[in-house]
Amino acid sequence: MIHTTNLSKRFGSFTAVDGIGLDIARGEIFGFLGANGAGKTTTIRMLCGLLRPSGGTALVNGYDVSKQSEKVKLSLGYMSQKFSLYNDLKAIENLQFYAGIYGTPFPTALEYTMPLMRLFGLESSLHALTGSLPMGFKQRLSLVCALVHDPPLVFLDEPTSGVDPQARREFWQVINTLAQAGKTVIVSTHFMDEAEYCHRVIVMQQGREVAMGRPADLKTRYQVVNMQELFIKLVGDGYA
Amino acid sequence: MPDLKRIKAMAQKELFHILRDPRTLVILFLMPLLQLIIFGYAMNMEIRDVPLVIADYSGNSASKELIRVFSNTRYFVVVPQAEGSLEPETLFRNRSAQASLVIPPGFMESRFDLLLQIDAGDQNTAQMVQSYATAIVASLGAKLSAGIDLRPVVIFNPDLKSSFFFVPGLIAMILVMICALLTSISISREKELGTMEQILVSPVSATEILLGKVLPYIALGLMDALLILGVGMLLFQVPFRGDFTVFLGFTFLYVLTALCIGLMVSTIAKTQQAAMMMALAITLLPTILLSGFMFPIASMPPLLQKITYIVPARYYLQIIRGIMLKGNSIAQLYQSGLTLAGMSLLLLVVAARRFKLRLG
Repeated sequence: MIHTTNLSKRFGSFTAVDGIGLDIARGEIFGFLGANGAGKTTTIRMLCGLLRPSGGTALVNGYDVSKQSEKVKLSLGYMSQKFSLYNDLKAIENLQFYAGIYGTPFPTALEYTMPLMRLFGLESSLHALTGSLPMGFKQRLSLVCALVHDPPLVFLDEPTSGVDPQARREFWQVINTLAQAGKTVIVSTHFMDEAEYCHRVIVMQQGREVAMGRPADLKTRYQVVNMQELFIKLVGDGYA
Repeated sequence: MPDLKRIKAMAQKELFHILRDPRTLVILFLMPLLQLIIFGYAMNMEIRDVPLVIADYSGNSASKELIRVFSNTRYFVVVPQAEGSLEPETLFRNRSAQASLVIPPGFMESRFDLLLQIDAGDQNTAQMVQSYATAIVASLGAKLSAGIDLRPVVIFNPDLKSSFFFVPGLIAMILVMICALLTSISISREKELGTMEQILVSPVSATEILLGKVLPYIALGLMDALLILGVGMLLFQVPFRGDFTVFLGFTFLYVLTALCIGLMVSTIAKTQQAAMMMALAITLLPTILLSGFMFPIASMPPLLQKITYIVPARYYLQIIRGIMLKGNSIAQLYQSGLTLAGMSLLLLVVAARRFKLRLG
C-alpha cells in the first residue's frame, strides 16, 4: 500500500525527515512513534501529498506522491493533529462538505459511513452544531469525515490527543474494525500504550528511523516488558 | 479542469459560515450603512447659512433689493451689524460672521462697487462664499442694468450639489473595501483554524477553492451595492438616470475585482488580523486619494496619474457617475468595464498560482 525509499524532507538547512524507508501492506495498522519534532507529522504530510519530498521516492496506493498527487489524495483519508472540522456547521453539513470536495455523492457517502457512525453512536448528533459536541464526539466525527469517500488508506495524526482514556479505547476498537475491513491505517501517537495496538511501528528520532518492527518482536529484541520502556531505552527518558 | 460539484460544495459551506457568523453580517450590512451616513453627512461640501454682515450706506431701492436677495438664499444668513464691528479683525476673530458686504452710498446710482470681505481661515469655505456671493451679485446686476452678461450653464448637476459627487464615490469606496475584506478574511480564517490543511489534503484544486469562495460573495456584494445605492438615493436625493441592468452588470465586474483583491491578499497574509489590515490598506486610501473620488486625476502630478490606472475604483467611478448622473449606456462605458474584467482575471490567476505554491 505504501512503499518509500530514502524519503527525506529538508526545510532550509534543517532536516526534518532523513532517509526513511517503509513498506506497509494493505490492512495493516502501522504506528509512528517519537517525541514532538521527531519527524512523524512531516513524514505523514509527505505521504498525503501536503508536502513535497526533498529526496527519495514514495508510492502510495501505487501512485507517486510527487507526480500524481491528485490520485494519491483520492486514495486516502486524513485526520490532522489539530481538530479541523467547522464548528459553525452541523455535523451532517461537515460530512456533506467533505463528500462534496471529494466528489462523492452525498447518499453514497452516507452509505459508506453509516455503519461507522452507528458504531460511534453519532447518528443522533448529526443535526447538532459541531461546535456543541463533546471533544470525543468531535474526534469521531473527524474520522468519519476522513472516510466519506471510502479510501483504502487512512492517516491519523495523533488522533487521540485530548481525549479521555475510555474514549481512546473505543477509538482504537474502531481502528481495529477498519483494518479488519481491509483498510490500511497509519497512526502517529505519543501514547506508548496505544503502540501496543499497532501491527507494526517505527520509532523515529530527529528525522531518522531508530527501530521498526512488530511490538512483540521489538520488546524481545530490546529485552523490555512494554513499549514505554522500549521507547525510553531507544530515545532516552527526556521524552515519552 | 475545475469541477462544478466541488465548487458548489465550497460555495455552499461558505454560505453557511456567512449566515451563521454575525460578524460577517455586520461587516456586510451595518458597516456600509454607517459609512455612507457618516461620510455622506460629514463630506457635505456645500455651504449653508453662512453668517454675513451687511453694512448698507446707500439705503436705496437697489441696495434693499440686494439685501433681500442675499437673505433669501439658503447659503447666507444676514446677521445684524453691531456698533463698530465692521472691522474684519473684530468681526472674524469673534466669529460673529464669516463674511461682510459693504454697500457704498449711492449704490447703482453713482457707485457700482461693493466690498466683500471673507474669513479665509478655512479656504475651502471662503472660496465657496466668494463664488456664491459673486454669482448672486452678478445675477442681480444682469437684472438691474445692461452689461456683460455671462451665464454659466451647469449640466447634470444644476444645483452643484456635492451629494451628486460623493454618493457614487462612496458606493465605489465602500464596495471595494467590504468585498476585499470579506474574501481576505475567509481564507486566512481557514488557515488560522487549521481547516485549510484538511481541504488541501483533498483533491480539490486551488482554482476550485478560490471560485467556491468568491461565488457567494458576488451575490452578497451585489446586494450590498443595491443597499448603498438605495439608501444613498433616499438620504441624499441623488438621481439615477441610467439603465439599471447596465448598472448591475458593471457593478458585478467591480465586485468581482474587489473580491479577487481579497483573494490575492489572503495568499500573502497568514492571520485574519494581517489580512484585514492589508485589505484595508490596499483598498481604502488609494480609492479615496487616487481614483478621482475626492481629487481630480487631471490635477495630480504625472507619476500619481500613472498610478491611478491600477486603482479599480478609477474605472468604476467613471462607470457609476456616468450611469447615475449622465445616463450613460454600455457603448460609453465598455472600456472601463473591460479593464475591470481584465483586472479580475489577472488577480484570480495570480492568486491561484500563489495559492498552489503554498501547498509546499
